[in-house]
Amino acid sequence: MSEKHFKPEELTAIGYQPRRRDWMDPHVEFRRGTFNYSANPKSMEYLGLPFVRKWQPTEDDWQLPSNWKEIILEGLRERIHKFRSLRIFMDICVRCGACADKCHFYIGSGDPKNMPVLRAELLRSVYRKDFTTAGKILGKMAGGRELTVPVLKEWFYYFYQCTECRRCSVFCPYGIDTAEITIIGRELLNLVGIGIDWITTPAANCFRTGNHLGIQPHGFKDSVDFAADDLEDITGIKVNPSVNRKGAEVLFVVPSADYFGDPHYFGFLGYLALFHEIGLDYTFSAFASEGGNFGLFHSHEMMKRLNAKIYAEAKRLGVKYIIGGECGHMWRVLHQYMDTMNGPADFLEVPKSPVTGTVFENARSTKMVHIAEFTADLIKNRKLKLAPERNDSYKVTFHDSCNPARAMGLLEEPRYILKSVCNHFYEMPENTIREQTFCCGSGSGLGTDENLEMRLRGGFPRANAVKYVQQNHGVNLLVCICAIDKATLPPLMDFWAPGVAVAGLHELVGNALMMKGEKEREADFRGAPLPGKEEKVHV
Amino acid sequence: MKIFYSLLAVAVLITLAWVGTASGGLYYLFGVIFPAAAVFLFLFGIVYRVVKWARSPVPFHITTTCGQQKSLDWIKSSPLDNPSSTLGVIGRIALEVLFFRSLFRNTKMELKNGGKLVYGSAKYLWLAGLVFHWSFLIIILRHFRFFLEPTPAFVTFLQNLDGFFQVGVPVLFLTDIMILGALSFLFFRRVVTPQIRYISLISDYFPLLLIIAIAATGVLMRYFIKTDLIAVKQLMLGLFSLSPLVPEGISSLFYIHLFLVSLLLAYFPASKLVHMAGVFLSPTRNLSNNSRMKRHINPWNPPVKVHTYEEWEDEFRELIKGAGIPLEKE
Repeated sequence: MSEKHFKPEELTAIGYQPRRRDWMDPHVEFRRGTFNYSANPKSMEYLGLPFVRKWQPTEDDWQLPSNWKEIILEGLRERIHKFRSLRIFMDICVRCGACADKCHFYIGSGDPKNMPVLRAELLRSVYRKDFTTAGKILGKMAGGRELTVPVLKEWFYYFYQCTECRRCSVFCPYGIDTAEITIIGRELLNLVGIGIDWITTPAANCFRTGNHLGIQPHGFKDSVDFAADDLEDITGIKVNPSVNRKGAEVLFVVPSADYFGDPHYFGFLGYLALFHEIGLDYTFSAFASEGGNFGLFHSHEMMKRLNAKIYAEAKRLGVKYIIGGECGHMWRVLHQYMDTMNGPADFLEVPKSPVTGTVFENARSTKMVHIAEFTADLIKNRKLKLAPERNDSYKVTFHDSCNPARAMGLLEEPRYILKSVCNHFYEMPENTIREQTFCCGSGSGLGTDENLEMRLRGGFPRANAVKYVQQNHGVNLLVCICAIDKATLPPLMDFWAPGVAVAGLHELVGNALMMKGEKEREADFRGAPLPGKEEKVHV
Repeated sequence: MKIFYSLLAVAVLITLAWVGTASGGLYYLFGVIFPAAAVFLFLFGIVYRVVKWARSPVPFHITTTCGQQKSLDWIKSSPLDNPSSTLGVIGRIALEVLFFRSLFRNTKMELKNGGKLVYGSAKYLWLAGLVFHWSFLIIILRHFRFFLEPTPAFVTFLQNLDGFFQVGVPVLFLTDIMILGALSFLFFRRVVTPQIRYISLISDYFPLLLIIAIAATGVLMRYFIKTDLIAVKQLMLGLFSLSPLVPEGISSLFYIHLFLVSLLLAYFPASKLVHMAGVFLSPTRNLSNNSRMKRHINPWNPPVKVHTYEEWEDEFRELIKGAGIPLEKE
C-alpha cells in the first residue's frame, strides 16, 4: 500500500459525529491500511514469548489459548497491584472529554474510540466488570463489559492506534496518561501471544545483534567508517571514530537508524564532525549499537531486557559517562526508566563537559546526557565556530518530538542550537509545539507501511501545522530530534505538505560548523550546494 | 436511555424520602440512621480507596512534563509545569487542585473547509468546573452554621461574603446561583454535545443530577418553602454530638435534601467522584521531573533475561575480529 492510493481531500473528509452504535457493543473492522500484521513466529521464539503461532488480525479465529481470558484477567489483576498509575487511571476518569480532540488519531480519523477517554474505557469497562463491586453487581448499568473475543480484538485495534505520545495527559485534569493504559494493554495482549511484527521483530533483532535493524558488528563498523569517508569528502577532514574502544571518556549511543537511515545519516555526519572538532574522547559500541528501545512498545520487561546493554557496555568499556543521540522514545526510556530498571550507574561519573567544564547536574544519577544539552552548552560557551549562513537555503521549523517534550521538557536546548546554526527559523502555531506538540502519527512501533492510511491520518495535525508555516513563511525544512520522526515525517510531508524536507538537528549543526583546517565546503551534508556555490556543484 | 435511567433514579430517591417521612413517619431512619451510615461509608470508603491506591507502588517515574526542564543554568526552566523539586511539585498539585491548571489549557479543534485545522480557546469547561467546585466547597462550609454551636467566625465571614450584594430576604447567596448555573451547563453539555453524550455513562449523569437535586432542594428551602431551621440545627447538632434526637416540625423537603446528601456521601467513594482524592496521587502530576538526578526505586524490579556481551561476542566473534573491532577473548 502506498500513499498514491489516497488524496489529501479524501482523508480530510472526516465526520466527527459518533456512530449510532453504542461503544459498549464491541465492534471492529480490520480495514487494510489501518492495522498492523501479527508478529513473526521466529521473532517470538527468539525472545521466548508465549503462544507462538501463525495468525492474522483479519482472520476470524485468532487461535487464542483456551484459557486466554483467565490469563488476561490475571495479568490485569497483577498489574493493578504493580502500577499505581493503572489503578488510579482506572478509577478516577470523570469522562469530561477534554482529551477527546487532543489526540492526533481522533483528529485524523474521527473514530470515537480514538478519543483517549474511550480508548481507555475499552480496558476500563473490563476492569469495572471484574474488579469493582458496582460492576460485578450492576454490570452494564455500571459501565462494565464482559471480556470477550470481540473486546479483545477491539483492544488490539485501538491499543495499536495510540502512539503513546501522551498529548492527552497534558490536558487531563488528573493527568491520566493513555500511554500507561495502552502500554499495559499491549502487555496483556502479548501474554496471549498477540503482538505486531513491526515491534516484535525489531525487538528480537535488538536483543540478538544490539540494534533494531539487525546490523551485525562488522556492518556497524562499516557504516561508521563509511560515514567518516563521506565526511572527509565534504570537509576534507579525516575523522577517526572508534568502536568498542576501552578507556574512552564517553560512550556515545545513537538510534540505529542514525547510521543507516535517510535523512538520519546526515545528522550522524554532524555528530562525527562535532565530536572531532572539540576533540572528544569517545567511542561507539557495536554491542550497544542502539539507543532506541522497541521493548517500550511491547512490555516493561522487554524494555528492561533491551536497555540493559547500555550500562553493561559503559561498565565494560570503562567510560566515565554516556551521551545519547537524537531519538524520542529512546530518551523516554533513558530519562524515565533506565536508572530505575538497570541502575544504579555508580561505576560512572557525573557527566562533565571536557571542553566547557560544565557539570550536567541534571544527569547526576543516570550519567547520561542528551546531545542537545551537550551541544547547547558548547555553543553558549562559544566553543564552536559557526557559519549559520551555510544553512541559508533552508527555512526551518522545529518539531518537538513527543517524548523529549512531554517526558523530559527538552524544549529550549534544541531551539537555542537551531537559532545559532541557521538564520531562518519559524515556529509552528503554539497549540502544536512544545508540550502541546503533535505526534508524527507513527511512533510506538506503528511506523510500518501496512498501516499507512492510519499513519497519514494520525500525522495530519502535525503536517497541517507544518503546512501553515510553509504557506506563511516558505518553510522548507522540518527539523526534529527523533529517529522515528526522521523515518516517518518525509512520507507524511510528501503527502500533506509537499516540498518540506526533514532533517535532524545535528545535520544543521554539522553544516554550520567551521572545522579547523577544513577545505572550502561546496555542498551541505545532503549534497545540496551551499548558498553561493550553486553553479560549481551543478557543473 | 442512560439519561432517562439517571433521572428516574433521582426521582425514585426523592419519592422514597418524601413518602418515607411524610406518610411513613420514618424520621429517625431518614434523619439519623441514613446520615450516620452515609458519613461512615464516606469516611471508610475514602480511606479504603486511598489505602488501596497507595498499596500499589509507583514503579516508574512517569511525570508528564508540561514546560522546560531544569538542565543548564542559563536556560530558564518551568518550576511549576515541569517541577524538579518537591516544592515545585506541591505548587503544581496546588495549581491543579485549586485552579484546574491542566483543564485551563483546554482547546477546541475545528477542521475548516480546505482541510485546515484550527485550535480555538475553550475555557467553558474549565470555568464551569471551577465555579461548580468552588461554589460547592463554599456552600458546604456555609452549612457548618447548622453543625456547630457557636457558629465559627469563618463561616459567618463566608456567609457575609457570599451574600455580599444583599439582594432579597433572605439574602441571596451568589454560590446558590453559581452552582446551579454551572451544574446545568455541565449537564446540558453532556446531553447536547454528541461526542460527550457518546462517552457518557449512567455514572456520569447520575451524580450530576443528584447534586443538582441537592442544590435545588436547598434553594427551595432557603428562599421558597421555609423549614424550621432551629429544629434542623437541633437535629444536626444531635448527630454531630453523637446523641441523636429528632425534633418535630421539620418538613419533608428537608428530609429529601438530607437523604440525597446522605446518598451522595455513600456513593462518593464507590464512584468516579473519588477523583477528589485521586488527583493528589496521580503519578504524572505528583512526581518531580528529576529522574536523571535521583534514582527512582521500583520495589518489584525483577531480574530479566538479557543478552550479555559475552554471548554476543561468542556469536559474532569471527565477524568482530574481521572488522578489526577489539575483542575480550581472542
